[in-house]
Amino acid sequence: MKDNNVLEAKNLVAGYTDLDILNGVSIELKEDEIVSIIGPNGAGKSTLLKSIFGILKPRKGKVIFKNEDITGLKPNKIVKKGMSYVPQDKNTFPSLSVRENLEMGAFIKEDGTKEKINEILTKFPDLKEKENQKVSKLSGGQRQMVAMGRAMMLDPDALLLDEPSAGLAPNLVDEVFQKIEKINKTGTPILVVEQNARKILSISERGYVLEMGENRLEGKGKELLNNEEVEKLYLGG
Amino acid sequence: MIQQLIFGIVTGSIIALGAIGLSMIYDILDLVNFAHGDFMTLGAYLTFLFNVSLNLNLILAAALGIILTGVISLILDKIMWKKLRDKGAGSITLLITAIGLALVIRNLIVFQWGGSNVGFDLPLSQNLNFHGIMISTSGVLTVVVAALLMIALDLILRKTKIGKAMRALSDNKNLARITGINVDNIILWTWGIGTSFAAVGGVLYGLNTVIRPDMGWFLLLPIFAAVILGGIGNPYGAMVGGLIIGISQEMSTIILPSSYKIAVSFVILILVMLIKPEGIFGEK
Ligand SMILES: Nc1ncnc2c1ncn2[C@@H]1O[C@H](COP(=O)(O)OP(=O)(O)OP(=O)(O)O)[C@@H](O)[C@H]1O
Ligand SMILES: [Mg+2]
Repeated sequence: MKDNNVLEAKNLVAGYTDLDILNGVSIELKEDEIVSIIGPNGAGKSTLLKSIFGILKPRKGKVIFKNEDITGLKPNKIVKKGMSYVPQDKNTFPSLSVRENLEMGAFIKEDGTKEKINEILTKFPDLKEKENQKVSKLSGGQRQMVAMGRAMMLDPDALLLDEPSAGLAPNLVDEVFQKIEKINKTGTPILVVEQNARKILSISERGYVLEMGENRLEGKGKELLNNEEVEKLYLGG
Repeated sequence: MIQQLIFGIVTGSIIALGAIGLSMIYDILDLVNFAHGDFMTLGAYLTFLFNVSLNLNLILAAALGIILTGVISLILDKIMWKKLRDKGAGSITLLITAIGLALVIRNLIVFQWGGSNVGFDLPLSQNLNFHGIMISTSGVLTVVVAALLMIALDLILRKTKIGKAMRALSDNKNLARITGINVDNIILWTWGIGTSFAAVGGVLYGLNTVIRPDMGWFLLLPIFAAVILGGIGNPYGAMVGGLIIGISQEMSTIILPSSYKIAVSFVILILVMLIKPEGIFGEK
């Protein structure tokens, strides 16, 4: 493929009950990109990530990952294909230590886990100090770092993040965004859902605005930042 | 008094061995395994089969009986529980299935070995007598075996990948799946450990008293009490809960007729539910 897409969702239709929440959503994530998805509460942003990752089975449409059709595969299969996902909440194992959480991230790997844990702990120095503490004892920001670290344990070819800055104090929000950029710089394409539209768009190559389970707008991160409609609706301008 | 305490520790060790598995299976499978007590019975009878009918020495017979009980629980998961899980069976369905399984096991045992008491072929054992306080060798063996198994379980849960995955699963099943943890495999380990611990408890019970088809069924109430006392899903709580229940039961015989023993666990069960339903080690 010339368009160097790593991940592509085509016309996804999905829902929890008879009602469709996604009514044909399409997105693309290319190599080396950060792509953001913004939109009002209940737009279907989390539902989109769940449908891509196989937690919810799409009713129509396709999910293509590294040129392979993975539509409808279960999450444990999709992990093995090389995608990682950090859910919006409950994204750590609270009674396990930081180190054990990371270790679980590499459950499907036979070896090299120790080295990888150490590598990740150097990337997240705050966690290094607390590596043997239970995650339930950590702050919200540190827990989010554990969740992202856990997802990075397999060196994924695509990383899905659902509202990584939700519920964090402003200074921590910046730290999380820096980490996202850093992870991306090491070659991991990231698809991220965010409420914090201004911040995420400013570090994204491209962004999508979702509304009522449909694509509303899309464009380069900078373009969306300057788009009147987006400004009015999401940037409080 | 000290005599009752010693009996209590022995009984408590057996209850704890049952409680650990019941608690883990509930936690990881969302299954209140009413058949758990009958797996204790099955472990005792299979050991009896190897020991008395097939004339193997007791240790070898116990090892075979316990392993076989564990293997049966794995087979049952493959042919029954997994299918129910994959169909998304609710907790009531699972509960009723477990009660049915309990009846099937018990009736097969009666069918095969009859309803009356049997016992292992034991080398004559002397009671140890410390200044008038009697400790049977089987009592000592019970406490030692239970303690060793609990230490082993603790090591498994804290040091091995499987054990850590069990704890991860008990924290958050969805996240465990998303992370790529092989949930079905971890469930098999849980059955294997939980049920073989129960079988060990059953064999030890048979060593200390007699083997009866309904022994496990009657152990189930104190086991439930121990699990709830220790906080559902907490294997360490189950160990402590088991000891507390065992000791309370035996201590009660100082002031109550011994036929009230079982009522003691019932009273503790209800008190915990009323005062601290999350158990003594529960966090919420
Ligand atoms: N498990 C569920 N069962 C039924 N309906 C659900 C479930 N999860 C979400 N929904 C519904 O699906 C719709 C979209 O939810 P979704 O979580 O995808 O929104 P979102 O864009 O992520 O919103 P937010 O910004 O609040 O996270 C909402 O109307 C929600 O009520
Ligand atoms: Mg959401």
